[in-house]
Amino acid sequence: MADEVQGSQKISVLNPVGYPPKITPKPMAPRLESLDGKTLYLVDPRFDDSGLFLSQVQNWFADHMPSVKTNLVEMSSVYTKDDPKTWEMIKANGDGAIIGVGH
Amino acid sequence: MHAIALDSKYGVPTVAIHTNVFEKVVQSVTRMHGMPEARYTFVPQPVMGKTAEQLRAYVNGKSPISGRPVMQEVIEGLTRAAEGDGIREAKFERSTPRLMAADGEENLQRLFLDNNWTDKLPIVLPTEKRVAEMLAHTSRKPDEVAGHMRSNQFRQHWEFTVEKVAVNAVMAGARPEYFSVILALASSGVSARGSTTSSMAAMVVVNGPIRNEIAMNYGTGAMAPYNHANATIGRAYGLLSQNLQGGSLPGDSYMGSQGNGYAYGTVTFAENEERSPWGPFHVQHGFKPTDSTVSIFTGCRSTAFTLGVREKYWREHVRNMLRGMDAHSAPTFLLDPIAARQYIDRGGFDTKEKLIQWVYENALMLAGEYWDYQLIQNYIYPRATFGEEPYASKLKAAPDEMIRMFKPDEIHVVVVGGETNGYWRIMGCNYQKTVSVDEWR
Repeated sequence: MADEVQGSQKISVLNPVGYPPKITPKPMAPRLESLDGKTLYLVDPRFDDSGLFLSQVQNWFADHMPSVKTNLVEMSSVYTKDDPKTWEMIKANGDGAIIGVGH
Repeated sequence: MHAIALDSKYGVPTVAIHTNVFEKVVQSVTRMHGMPEARYTFVPQPVMGKTAEQLRAYVNGKSPISGRPVMQEVIEGLTRAAEGDGIREAKFERSTPRLMAADGEENLQRLFLDNNWTDKLPIVLPTEKRVAEMLAHTSRKPDEVAGHMRSNQFRQHWEFTVEKVAVNAVMAGARPEYFSVILALASSGVSARGSTTSSMAAMVVVNGPIRNEIAMNYGTGAMAPYNHANATIGRAYGLLSQNLQGGSLPGDSYMGSQGNGYAYGTVTFAENEERSPWGPFHVQHGFKPTDSTVSIFTGCRSTAFTLGVREKYWREHVRNMLRGMDAHSAPTFLLDPIAARQYIDRGGFDTKEKLIQWVYENALMLAGEYWDYQLIQNYIYPRATFGEEPYASKLKAAPDEMIRMFKPDEIHVVVVGGETNGYWRIMGCNYQKTVSVDEWR
């Protein structure tokens, strides 16, 4: 294989791309049969006024699905950090969650 | 990312709401994290700064991606099982071939360009001969894992070998004698192509004997395109970052809204240890003067500059410059040796540490103004409300009370320049780490 860059001669070059991680499939939680009477946690990642947005989501549920109880909670710190304490609390007390906006 | 954890790890059915510009990012991240059917919907960008009425319209409106009502997608995401089985269709085992199919130079240049493997400038094609020459300048084996990298904390790390780094070094036009510096940068795990919407670039400061061994510039024009080592090491760092972390593609794996011109070559220079009145940067961080190192900073969005350190109002001038910086990115002082000596004359700062302490005490802002910055709201305020110091104490200040903008360990000083004049600047950037070059020789 030619190894010089000349004219139209074919040359062989190396691929510059790294090695991707092996993807491990993750199971999804079973979905709810209905939201009627359920408790949803609205999780604010505290990024770019996301809490103000979620308060409007909360209003939507109050107006359109009043049987759904919504709790608006903030993540414990910045959105870049995992928040197992909050996730455990939601698991113990909630039926579902909505995270927004982003992250 | 948090939605995936909450859904899969904690068993809570979860829907994430994103803004529409993140569509490809969301698809990519959910797929790479093994949950391609994670539930999400979109509202228009931006959310920031919108009124309650406007946000209500987002909630009542339709997804700009699917055209379906946002709340319908939310409710379906919580109540309907996945329709397909994307997991089985996803490719979990992938390999990157070592060699590309042989072709002519023009076609290969086009291929690299079309595959987004370049910085959109012509590259040096990484032939086996050229890569072998690069590899000859390290004692490390070609197949040795050199490191891992990712474009942000929500993506998974990619892996790369010494040879993969050499390929990118060749592409950047680097000479083989620079390779240990480039390997050190790659091994850092710090990406020069972060995907943040804030449009980051990286800054690299080289210290120790390697500076002179490879004829780096730390004098006149050190931060400009006038030195082969400075230019190609910086370019190599950018290219290897994008190619070894899984890409840097706008709208997909790069979300910098405006972009950053510093990212073209990465701000790469050596410290002017010979003309500095203070100790070298790497010695401040635990290395010996005879060690060769690279120090990496990220951010490089905000800068302030001036000439000299004036006798009468230098304190006010510097305070003004600091208040004009992004309050979230800490200041790194880049001082021409003339300016460095003036700091000693004016303030008696006979060590960098004394100057840093002065900056810490004088970078002040009204608390009300500080906490109102969006970046402070996003990244500092949450930490303050949950008790993290020193932010929690700052939060107790009255709105009209002056508070310190930065922590002392966030403030840095580097001497660079050729003494054609006493210009100096403050670069808003966060110090990441210092890495040994000698370990990669």
